[in-house]
Amino acid sequence: MPGANIIPLFVIIPLFTAFFISLIGRFIKSTYVDIVSGLSSFLLLIFSFWGLAILGRCPETALVYKIGGWLPPFGICMVLDGLSNFMLVTVNIIAFLVVIYSFNYMEKYTDKPKFYTLFFLMLTGMNGVIVTGDLFNLFVFLEIASISSYALVAFGTEAEELEASFKYAIMGSVASAFIFIGIAFLYGFTSTLNMADMARVLSAKPSNWAVPFVSVLFLMGFGLKSALVPFHAWLPDAHSSAPASISAMLSGVLIKTLGVYALARIFFNVIGASGTVLSVLMFLGALSMLVAVILALSQWDLKRLLAYHSISQIGYVVLGIGLGTPLGILGGLFHLFNHSIFKSLLFLNSGAIDYSARTRDLREMSGLRKKLPVTAGTNLIASMSIAGIPPLNGFFSKLIIILACVQKGHIGYALAAVIASVLTLASFMKVQKFAFLGPLKEKYQAIKEVPPAMKFAMVSLATICILGGLLLLPSFSFFLNNAVNVLSDGRDYALAVFGAVLK
Amino acid sequence: MMNDPKIGMSLIVKTVTRLTVGLILLFGIYIVLHGHLSPGGGFAGGVIIALSFVHLMLAFGKDVALKKLSKNLASNLESIAALMFLSIALFGFFGGAFFSNIINKGVPFQLFSAGTIPLSNLAISLKVGVGLFAIFLALVILEESKRK
Repeated sequence: MPGANIIPLFVIIPLFTAFFISLIGRFIKSTYVDIVSGLSSFLLLIFSFWGLAILGRCPETALVYKIGGWLPPFGICMVLDGLSNFMLVTVNIIAFLVVIYSFNYMEKYTDKPKFYTLFFLMLTGMNGVIVTGDLFNLFVFLEIASISSYALVAFGTEAEELEASFKYAIMGSVASAFIFIGIAFLYGFTSTLNMADMARVLSAKPSNWAVPFVSVLFLMGFGLKSALVPFHAWLPDAHSSAPASISAMLSGVLIKTLGVYALARIFFNVIGASGTVLSVLMFLGALSMLVAVILALSQWDLKRLLAYHSISQIGYVVLGIGLGTPLGILGGLFHLFNHSIFKSLLFLNSGAIDYSARTRDLREMSGLRKKLPVTAGTNLIASMSIAGIPPLNGFFSKLIIILACVQKGHIGYALAAVIASVLTLASFMKVQKFAFLGPLKEKYQAIKEVPPAMKFAMVSLATICILGGLLLLPSFSFFLNNAVNVLSDGRDYALAVFGAVLK
Repeated sequence: MMNDPKIGMSLIVKTVTRLTVGLILLFGIYIVLHGHLSPGGGFAGGVIIALSFVHLMLAFGKDVALKKLSKNLASNLESIAALMFLSIALFGFFGGAFFSNIINKGVPFQLFSAGTIPLSNLAISLKVGVGLFAIFLALVILEESKRK
């Protein structure tokens, strides 16, 4: 199966780029460092779309790559199915645009090669988590991504950033410990680490205390990684004090890859989502939605406000996936994609304001629309999108989630989603009013719009925001439907993987 | 510089270090080279190799250790080691499968056997050894800058 050969490239390319840049970065001009990283992330983007094409052509629902030529479940395998491919496309779109944005934005920090090294290590971790078919391998990649993100949060090395990074590192390590213990218990129970084989063994064994126990451990661990509400305390600090391009990566894709994707993959495809787990997920999702959006309303620090909204929007995603119906999962995954796009855009906007006006405080800025037209325009689109104004992409995904709630009879959750959406709108109207409308302050007379590379990244993301709703059209819907099918098939994941292995 | 009584620890420690540090380094190399035959391997051997440099730093002070292995060299070697490991895996990628062992495996239990595994062990030991040394160095430099 030659098509499967592209799967390890998602790990090889960023890993090579990371260490290559750290090796040669000291000797070459920073322009060349930009070119190397831009090329590498562009290659990853191409490959993720190519994966979509290969997966569409081949008759199986999954492609399996055997590392070292060893047959799974004895060797480690990498799996590319609809869900992995969906996540790969999401992650690599954001990564590519964030790299473009960083060309100019990261100039104000001293050590650009080190930034790219850590950035690509984080990307290695995320791509690895997505493509791996082995539970312990997932843990290793998760740690690679987490540890590089701890370092990236502290990249500015100011007191506030170090404190946030320390808090994040502690909470992240606690989460990793829970996940690790969960994996150890599952390994003890099933005697295998391959996810597909584990699903097969678990469905054959009679259920006992181990599975609910492990479910709780994973809920805590991945709940911490994805910052659901009782576990969210680290996120507002970490995401608001990182450099803006890193905040965009963290809020846009990291919490979704390490948190939501891993949670969904393990609960739906390996352990098998029971009614109890699903109702806990729905409850946590609805709680995150409401609590975080109320906390966000009173924030004056722009990035902190956005960080609270990340928690709230992750609540939507988890609520949708937790419904367990195909429509709910479709809504959840679609919202995951949309949220990656508009939340990255919002963080890049906040970085652009910081770049030009050197402030993050909403009370400080006023009337920036006159001086920063591109930032203001893209921010308006992203704000409307996150608040769910039609016809932008956020509207469709929220609508699907609310419809799915009603369809399953959870009127309360549907109502909660509507209320959270209205409060989101209120909070972003505040952003618009204080940041972009009103009279221009005297001290901002001299500021200029950001450089073209940053504009390009923001405008591209805004375009995806506008066109995102088209993904629901029949000709594009395979992108989402393939991902939904993987989750709603549940433990048939094992059949898909072994079918692809034996072929 | 090595015999300056003002820098580093007492004469007893320095003498013992001078006698043992070579043996520690040698033991680390032994563990790495026999990684595919006996317990241990790249990681464990790399840690022991790093410990020999840390030992030097503790006994004689930062400057003596840095003369043997400077900061820039350490960070370059670390990247090179990671790239070495990746390229060993890539040899397999172009010869069949990622990480596959394509070199002649030789006779079992011989020192030169097991294909790419001893090479991977070498790369890992370099990465781990230099990396641990760099972490220790970073902590020392941080402590010094705090004191100033």
